[in-house]
Amino acid sequence: MDVFLWGVLPYVMMVVLVGGLVWRYRYDQFGWTTRSSQLYESRMLRIASPAFHFGILAVIAGHFFGLIIPMSWTEAIGMSQDFYHFNALFVGGIAGICTLGGIVALIYRRRKTGPVFMATTKNDKLMYVVLTAAIVFGLWTTLASVFLGGHGHNYRETVSPWFRSLFIFMPDVESMAAAPFSFHLHTLVGMVLFMLWPFTRLVHAFTAPLHYLFRPYIVYRSRDRMATSSSPTRRGWSAVGTQDRDTHHQ
Amino acid sequence: MKVMAQMGMVMNLDKCIGCHTCSVTCKQAWTNRAGTEYVWFNNVETRPGQGYPRRYEDQEKWRGGWELNKRGRLKLKGGGRVRKLLGLFASPVQPELKDYYEPWTYDYKNLVDAPLGDDFPVARPKSLITGEDTKITWSANWDDDLGGTTQMGHLDPMVEKVRKESEDKIKFEFEQTFMFYLPRICEHCLNPSCMASCPSGAIYKREEDGIVLVDQDQCRGWRQCITGCPYKKMYFNHKTGKAEKCTFCYPRIEVGLPTICSETCVGRLRYLGLFLYDADKVTEAASIKDDKKLYEAHLDVILDPNDPKVIEEARKQDIPEDWIDAAQRSPVYAMAKVYRIALPLHPEYRTMPMVWYVPPLSPIVDLLKDQGHDAEDRENLFGAIEELRIPVEYLAELFTAGDTEIVSNVLKKLAAMRSYMRGISLGNDPDESIPEAVGMDGETMYEMYRLMAIAKYEERYVIPKAHVEQAHDLEEMGCSLDFEGGPGMQDSPFGEASGMPTPVAVENFRALQQRQTSDEPTGRDLRGRVNLLNWDGNGVPKGMFPDEQRDTPQTAGDQAGS
Repeated sequence: MDVFLWGVLPYVMMVVLVGGLVWRYRYDQFGWTTRSSQLYESRMLRIASPAFHFGILAVIAGHFFGLIIPMSWTEAIGMSQDFYHFNALFVGGIAGICTLGGIVALIYRRRKTGPVFMATTKNDKLMYVVLTAAIVFGLWTTLASVFLGGHGHNYRETVSPWFRSLFIFMPDVESMAAAPFSFHLHTLVGMVLFMLWPFTRLVHAFTAPLHYLFRPYIVYRSRDRMATSSSPTRRGWSAVGTQDRDTHHQ
Repeated sequence: MKVMAQMGMVMNLDKCIGCHTCSVTCKQAWTNRAGTEYVWFNNVETRPGQGYPRRYEDQEKWRGGWELNKRGRLKLKGGGRVRKLLGLFASPVQPELKDYYEPWTYDYKNLVDAPLGDDFPVARPKSLITGEDTKITWSANWDDDLGGTTQMGHLDPMVEKVRKESEDKIKFEFEQTFMFYLPRICEHCLNPSCMASCPSGAIYKREEDGIVLVDQDQCRGWRQCITGCPYKKMYFNHKTGKAEKCTFCYPRIEVGLPTICSETCVGRLRYLGLFLYDADKVTEAASIKDDKKLYEAHLDVILDPNDPKVIEEARKQDIPEDWIDAAQRSPVYAMAKVYRIALPLHPEYRTMPMVWYVPPLSPIVDLLKDQGHDAEDRENLFGAIEELRIPVEYLAELFTAGDTEIVSNVLKKLAAMRSYMRGISLGNDPDESIPEAVGMDGETMYEMYRLMAIAKYEERYVIPKAHVEQAHDLEEMGCSLDFEGGPGMQDSPFGEASGMPTPVAVENFRALQQRQTSDEPTGRDLRGRVNLLNWDGNGVPKGMFPDEQRDTPQTAGDQAGS
């Protein structure tokens, strides 16, 4: 079981994630969007959305520190375990709570604002469940270390080596198996989230427009280079009305 | 000098009767889809009025367009690149649906389905957003014909400005004394701030004709363009999550047809044609310090298509001969730069808009008439233009960043044309002193009259066709070979609806191959389509008419190529 969960599943996840993203990028450029609902409601969104997004960016940065950078490196520059742990707990905790608060507010908004709820697909709902679960379980691993006393479980001796070993195709299954249940749960839900990722609206994260900082303001394109087509566009046309709303709702 | 061509439009506001035909036909053509219910690529506003979306001209609130920074350089009013990226998660000043209106339909079904009873069944309004019963409180032209102006007239940002500048002297009488219509489409600017605001770089200007479009595949729905556009002509399709805008009906323009709004305009007030402009000078012109000088700077960017130097440069830039010819005959160039009667809408936004307007003389003519004066007499008209400051000031806020002199000069030209031509129609000798009074000669004035009043179809619309033959050559030679799902691949792995649209050439190639290699007329597998352009008269292909013998077993020919 451990071999499947920590030795096979991560690679299945990678294949689904990368394959899914490539497939979606090639076949569904038109569906690749944030599907913003700001037009319907912006008062709650204005607070909740930045809280969530900036929070999750900090969380991602935290994961990078915790998982990629080996413990020996931080020790080499004289960073004590106490200091590391305090930082991880303090910064990570704040970022995590920001993220959780943000997503709870966003879900509340989604449920309570009529038009936003109407525009929510089943796909969105599933994504929200998994995403929230990943955040909650992640926060749990952090908070648990406070109540467990000491430093709690040192994931930098179990999860992190396993994570790094995945990239050299020699998965260190024992290390991961030794981690407590809460870490297992968070990692599993995380993997499910990454497998869903390419098929949900979350794909917008992979086209974060950082090139905006460097591109010229005015963009010219020649129509010669555009494909002329006689076949009808596949998506993007549905009739106006209230009747079709149900059929549209997947 | 880098000469580029730009399709432009001029609207003669004197002729607009506010019938909204342009809006309706545009909507039928482009935005009658779910997600674009509230989207009006073309709308007609009654001025004074709040416009659509409400008070869009209040840039202190909506932060659209450009401004100059301390060093005198152009900067987006909504903030620079870093600020835009930081505001990505919740666009700071995006209009909400309530600033537009909540689109609705009526429950027509109830009229038919209601059970027999004592009361007449009614079709209640239903929101197209929530599907619930709704109360209609606003629309795209709620203040049409000054409806509700006594209560809401002061909300017009231009009224606010005019009032402030004349120290609150203007009371509400003036809203009752003049009114005109302002049809609006995307301005297809030379210096578009929507494009500059787009984090994805999905908005582009076409090199050939300057039409500004949104690449629907590249747009990721960050919605910064909506804030960026000061005219609020960028719309968010709430179903697809992508930005959409007026396309200048590019598929029609490419084949030499006028846009839908122009074609169906009842008053025939729209003019379409080419401008040649110097692309190298755009930024410089848009950075002129004084708002009131922007109009002149804009005119300087537009080049004279008859100037041999310009023609030479245009040829160097591969602008085809028929396009240069069309630019020389362009009605919009004539109205903007030869007669100088067309003005840009809100030059102070510094986007260099390319849809221009001939300001209306009618408010002044109407006032004169109402007071019992001869509204065709030059002296009366000139006097009224000097006297009736309020309409002139209002027009100046719209078209010249507040410079009333430019507007008065245009109005005087229109007035002069009116009385000059009246004299001629009455059989008098042409009074050459009239055109001279506005710095024109009789002949030019007569030409202007022909363009403005006779307004023949061929003179209103001078649209050179796009040179598609080049595009097709390229496609046949290169693109079709490396096109994914091209001739080599019969079917896409995810069914026929997946994959990218097939280029015309590939489709033809396959259809031709089929016909050349099979014994039967075109088989069934062309997915029900018969490309009549390729039909060689060889039999009656299946799919040309509905299939009559559904139950008969399939023949070998039917299966070929499936």
